[in-house]
Amino acid sequence: MKLIRELWSSLIEALVGLGLVVRFLLRLVVSSPRALMRCDLIAQQIYNSGALSLVIIMLSGLFVGMVLGLQGYELLQRFGSEEALGTAATIGLVKELGPVVTALLFAGRAGTALASELGLMRATDQLSAMEMMAVDPIQRVVVPRFLGGVIAMPLLAAIFSVIGIYGAQLVGVQIMGVDSGSFWSQMQASVGLSDISEGIVKSCIFGVACSLIAVYEGYHATPTAEGVGRATTRTVVASAVVILFLDYLITAAFL
Amino acid sequence: MNQSAAIIEIRKVNYAVGGRSVFTGLDMDIARGRITAIMGPSGTGKTTLLRLITGQVVADSGSIEVAAQSLRAISRADLYVLRRRMGMLFQNGALLTDLSVFENVAFPLREHTDLPERLIRQLVLTKLQAVGLRGAAELMPAELSGGMSRRVALARAIVMDPEILIYDEPFVGLDPISLGVILRLIRRLNDALGITSIVVSHDVKEISTVADNVYLLSGGKVVARGTPQQLQSYPSEIVRQFIGGEADGPVPFHFPAPDYFGELLSRGESP
Repeated sequence: MKLIRELWSSLIEALVGLGLVVRFLLRLVVSSPRALMRCDLIAQQIYNSGALSLVIIMLSGLFVGMVLGLQGYELLQRFGSEEALGTAATIGLVKELGPVVTALLFAGRAGTALASELGLMRATDQLSAMEMMAVDPIQRVVVPRFLGGVIAMPLLAAIFSVIGIYGAQLVGVQIMGVDSGSFWSQMQASVGLSDISEGIVKSCIFGVACSLIAVYEGYHATPTAEGVGRATTRTVVASAVVILFLDYLITAAFL
Repeated sequence: MNQSAAIIEIRKVNYAVGGRSVFTGLDMDIARGRITAIMGPSGTGKTTLLRLITGQVVADSGSIEVAAQSLRAISRADLYVLRRRMGMLFQNGALLTDLSVFENVAFPLREHTDLPERLIRQLVLTKLQAVGLRGAAELMPAELSGGMSRRVALARAIVMDPEILIYDEPFVGLDPISLGVILRLIRRLNDALGITSIVVSHDVKEISTVADNVYLLSGGKVVARGTPQQLQSYPSEIVRQFIGGEADGPVPFHFPAPDYFGELLSRGESP
């Protein structure tokens, strides 16, 4: 009986938490039109979340692509269809690994930076100071960071996939000896718009989820060193779980 | 005190945080165009009072009127309009760490006005000159000392020429030179521009030199009010203890605890 009560209260707590996040998202959406007029602030945040994450995204994309090239070649040659390596690697990257791994890296690099920055702004009264200067911190600080993340994430996922495909080509064609023409032509013939659109939809939704979790956790961080640390950790953990859960839902929806 | 001259009126305010009562039946008038000091032992809710006056938190009951506007029923938009007439100096400065000193002071101007860049530059440099930090305009907040940060924050607080200026512990950590400058600045802003100043401070000596009125808070209530001179001879033990800085008196120095020697000699574990 006690276990059921605890489970019930945990469920209620989780639903209340979800409600608060959705309410916060609505507040961001309502504030977005006015924040969009300050393109300079959003561009700065695209740079912070996107451009500063480029190196880690490109390196990871290259290595993931190279591993896909190796594993794909090893598997496909068992069936004598190693020419399909381009198709296999591209579909794997564009539909799945590109959006998911980019989102996980984005949460670890940009998400934690956003959460800790906002948490520290809260702890050092910067957000209260803005309130006192009659400047809405949601509109001035949170929304540009949120939109910057939402815009940067699909671009990063696209770059990850492109570099990954070249990584697979590097290993498959240059090292393992798959025919270059077959690699590219089979890829062009088999990979359709629906595959790419699935990847785009995933990366857009992951971008919203990661950015929302990061700014929510940072903005609501307890204003202490421990509180900011906890908000940063929660950002990574919650983002990872939500990304993988949403990935399943979107994949199922596209089937 | 002349009631009609009050720019802030606080009536029968009750406020509790997490079940702990901070204020019970608080009454206070802040005189327009004067310097009012709010003093009291640590933990009496002086900073909370500032948060109530600025509408950052709402009282459980009672009324607070700022410039004839009740904060109880005020909309967010009206509160922001009211806050443009107020400036606040936070305890730690609260400078925006991603902006330079110049941009920090220019921040309210850029957000609320369409002034040409040349005029913004002149205004910012004038305010920075007033706090003695014109030469530090290009520095970042991380490069400033605590006292310098506070002075930049003061320049930012006055850049919009507010009617009410609120200082939360403005003297903490200042060297004697900066302290003198800030004290003179508080007085000068008050005299020259007619700004209403509210200063929360522990520093009895410093604040007594500039304040026109003093409120002494303790236990969630006003225990004494008057001019600094009147407070010196106030017939109350709690006032004498605070003004004289004595450890023994109605305000206990020690947090409630079991018997000292008994606890030292017991075999209990560390908390």
